[in-house]
Amino acid sequence: MAAYIIRRVFAAVLLLLVVSAVTFAIFFLVPRIAGQTVDQLAAQYVGKDANPSSIAAVKHNLGLDQPIYEQYWHFVKALFAGADYSFGPDAAHCSAPCFGYSFKNHIEVWPQLTSRIPVTLSLAVGAAVIWLVSGVAVGVLSALRRGSFFDRLSMGVALAGVSLPIFFTGMLGLAIFTVQWPLWSSGVNYVSFTDNPAEWAWNLLLPWCSLAFLYSALYARLTRAGMLETMGEDYIRTARAKGLKENVVVAKHGLRAALTPIVTIFGMDFGLLIGGAVITEQVFSFKGLGEYAVSGIRDNDLPVVMGVTLVAAFFIVVCNLLVDLVYAAIDPRVRYS
Amino acid sequence: MKRSKATAAMAAAVVLALGATACGGGSKDSGGGKGGGSSAADAALASIVNPSDKKGGTLTFAHSDVPDSLDPGNTYYGWVQNFARLYARSLTTFKPAVGKAGLQIVPDLAESLGKPSADAKTWTYTLRQGVKYEDGTPVTSKDVKYAVERSNFAPEALSNGPTYFKAHLADGDKYQGPYKDKSPDGIKSIETPDDRTIVFHLKDGFADFDYLAGLPGTAPVPQKADKGADYVKHIISSGPYKFSSYEDGKGATLVRNPEWDPKTDPIRKALPDKVEIKFKVNQVTIDNNLINNSLQVDAQGNGVDPQTQPKVLQDPKYKKQTDSAIAGATSYIGLNLHVKPFDNIHCRKAVQWGVDRASAQEAAGGPPKGDVATTLLPPTVNGYTKFDEYPTPNGKGDIAKAKEELAQCGQPNGFTTTLTARSDRNTEMAMATAVQASLKKIGITAEIKSFPSGKYFTNFAGVPDYVHSHNLGMIMTAWGADWPTGFGFLDQITNGAAIKPSGGNNVQELDDPKINEMLNSAIKNTDAAARNKAWGDIDKLIADNASAVPLVYRKNLLFRPTGAANVTVTQAYLGMYDYALMSVSK
Repeated sequence: MAAYIIRRVFAAVLLLLVVSAVTFAIFFLVPRIAGQTVDQLAAQYVGKDANPSSIAAVKHNLGLDQPIYEQYWHFVKALFAGADYSFGPDAAHCSAPCFGYSFKNHIEVWPQLTSRIPVTLSLAVGAAVIWLVSGVAVGVLSALRRGSFFDRLSMGVALAGVSLPIFFTGMLGLAIFTVQWPLWSSGVNYVSFTDNPAEWAWNLLLPWCSLAFLYSALYARLTRAGMLETMGEDYIRTARAKGLKENVVVAKHGLRAALTPIVTIFGMDFGLLIGGAVITEQVFSFKGLGEYAVSGIRDNDLPVVMGVTLVAAFFIVVCNLLVDLVYAAIDPRVRYS
Repeated sequence: MKRSKATAAMAAAVVLALGATACGGGSKDSGGGKGGGSSAADAALASIVNPSDKKGGTLTFAHSDVPDSLDPGNTYYGWVQNFARLYARSLTTFKPAVGKAGLQIVPDLAESLGKPSADAKTWTYTLRQGVKYEDGTPVTSKDVKYAVERSNFAPEALSNGPTYFKAHLADGDKYQGPYKDKSPDGIKSIETPDDRTIVFHLKDGFADFDYLAGLPGTAPVPQKADKGADYVKHIISSGPYKFSSYEDGKGATLVRNPEWDPKTDPIRKALPDKVEIKFKVNQVTIDNNLINNSLQVDAQGNGVDPQTQPKVLQDPKYKKQTDSAIAGATSYIGLNLHVKPFDNIHCRKAVQWGVDRASAQEAAGGPPKGDVATTLLPPTVNGYTKFDEYPTPNGKGDIAKAKEELAQCGQPNGFTTTLTARSDRNTEMAMATAVQASLKKIGITAEIKSFPSGKYFTNFAGVPDYVHSHNLGMIMTAWGADWPTGFGFLDQITNGAAIKPSGGNNVQELDDPKINEMLNSAIKNTDAAARNKAWGDIDKLIADNASAVPLVYRKNLLFRPTGAANVTVTQAYLGMYDYALMSVSK
């Protein structure tokens, strides 16, 4: 087990390196192929008053005058060993993990990331709990009462949920609950959990529900399909023949087997969501990772883009590792040795 | 398994990228507003609405985006320049006053306006006595000198602000900036003979210098407190308010600066006890909070969101609370003199006559969002002269005259050209479409090519090589002056010296010796009246050259909450409310 985990962690680090290298290449090489010069790249960070001497100064200070592989090496080195930067009278030390300073406004990226992770994490965790519980429950009930009114209604709603994008449901929710029936009369604003847990939950309720609506629909359909399949298996008949209670048959024998693919997808979805619920954050004006990513991309701000991409990739890798470990608990046939 | 994870991680990067294009504005709304103001629509254009001398309360600002920086030495945004007056005192500033009076430059940190030498090459200012920083130390002329050095000569750290001092100071091209050149003397061309006197030595005569002295970059910064790009986190106030908190990308709170002495400051009333500003608030939320009175100021000052516009214009109660303020910017099309057939003046004039400016105005949002423009200089710039060299009924264009010019140009059946615009600016794209339709009527086919605004000037429309090789004949752009005089407006967009290999704003590549000469000589003239006349004359010459097609003087549709007091539009900062005046009425 320990060896397995170590192997996976090692692979994860390699993967993150590859992701960072690819992001780096996309950022620098693609515009270059399209004919952009380094000066034009640097000119974007000079502000409104670009002139050759300020462009040269900025280019040098950001290290854009070095070959790309060297810039990449500096980036990776700073990540593990920290680095010194100078955006003023004195050099400032940025300690590991150092994602560098934003090209655009010279703000250190790492504190920005860490201040935004709780926002996105709050969003993702709450929504995930809601969609897992409701999605799986609805899916199981639908499967057990296949063809019933409940099944048809819930699958109809699920179809709508899958089809409606978050920028529709989220904004509709806002229009209804902040204007029509103002439950949130001054709008939805993120409040930190440590400041006020009740306010935190109350303000997140609407984003959670809009996000969960989309996902629970998907999970309900998945669970239903999985349950229908397993409930038709021979061992379920055997379990029933043994005289087990129906709820034990469903929960222990049926659901457990149907859960494996759902856990896999959940790991992926959840990881992606922590990496930035871009649209949800935009709709509700939350300052999370997704919002940061958007502004980084818009400003062509490499360190910001790198930071968010790596954090996102990190969460996906971690979630997948957790999923693989959870398999062993769900499916006793899986053993890591 | 491994491969799928790599794919997932890549997918994350792609999703993030896609998210950038999908960022729709959210809509948060919060109930109806209470009561309408007693004032009429546009009242704040010509009066101070809801005048009050009442002290106290919290004046709240919100902004849909973030500032380039709140550091007075690192900002180019008009609204920050306006806002910074709450905590930073530049040598001069614009008078917080109604209408045209707001265009007047007045002494702020200095006792009086600058005293120029006869050739306008040397400018001397004397600081007021008794001005102190928030920590009680006196402000000296050396701090002003240091502020100019850091704001103009350290692009590697403070790249956002204008660098006019670098351009005009006698040794501006030699000095390396305070972070690289550690010699105690600093730049040679700024002298500080004593703690209250500061003397600027310029390369050439520059009669608009008092306007440069009004840029926030002259607000004093004590050298020992300067942390370069990090100074924004601990700005040392010289004005009536000081920062009690600041969070990057989120907002700031300002409280009274007890060391500010109203006796040294004849222009600020400083009525509110506290000032708060929040960044990245959804624009529609801002609008609704203005309407329901839970917010006093939309800091950006560009006016309400297009979504909110019908709501405030159709309801008579809200309509009374709107101000349609001239934004000090003109939308126009530059006809590039090096792209055929615009090298021929008759082809340029054909466009001048053929363009339906009224349809461009409609596309910009109609009369509340703009007036039909006939000059490059907008009416709120010192030196504006009203004229129309291509008069057509209601600005709708004259097909017959346009065809006549086309014939003289040797293109009687019209021609095909490219019209560029910024893809992420809806108004500009809409105007481009309107222009395209009106040119179609005279046989000119303008294919619209759009580019992202962030790279418009650095990579495309502002790069002559690119413009020539891609035949970008018509370049849509908009311009607002850095300071509201004819020179401040015209120099960067019509002087031949402003043509740059990249990032230039003279998109027509106009390099007319006569226009250049007139600009360069008028700016040396210390007689303000003569200068103002010259700007109008130059504007007319540019119109006769026909390379710039003015379309619309942009206007902001501002919403004036009843909870705000002392509200008036300042013409100096691109037609937003004057933030140095505003207070809370409750």
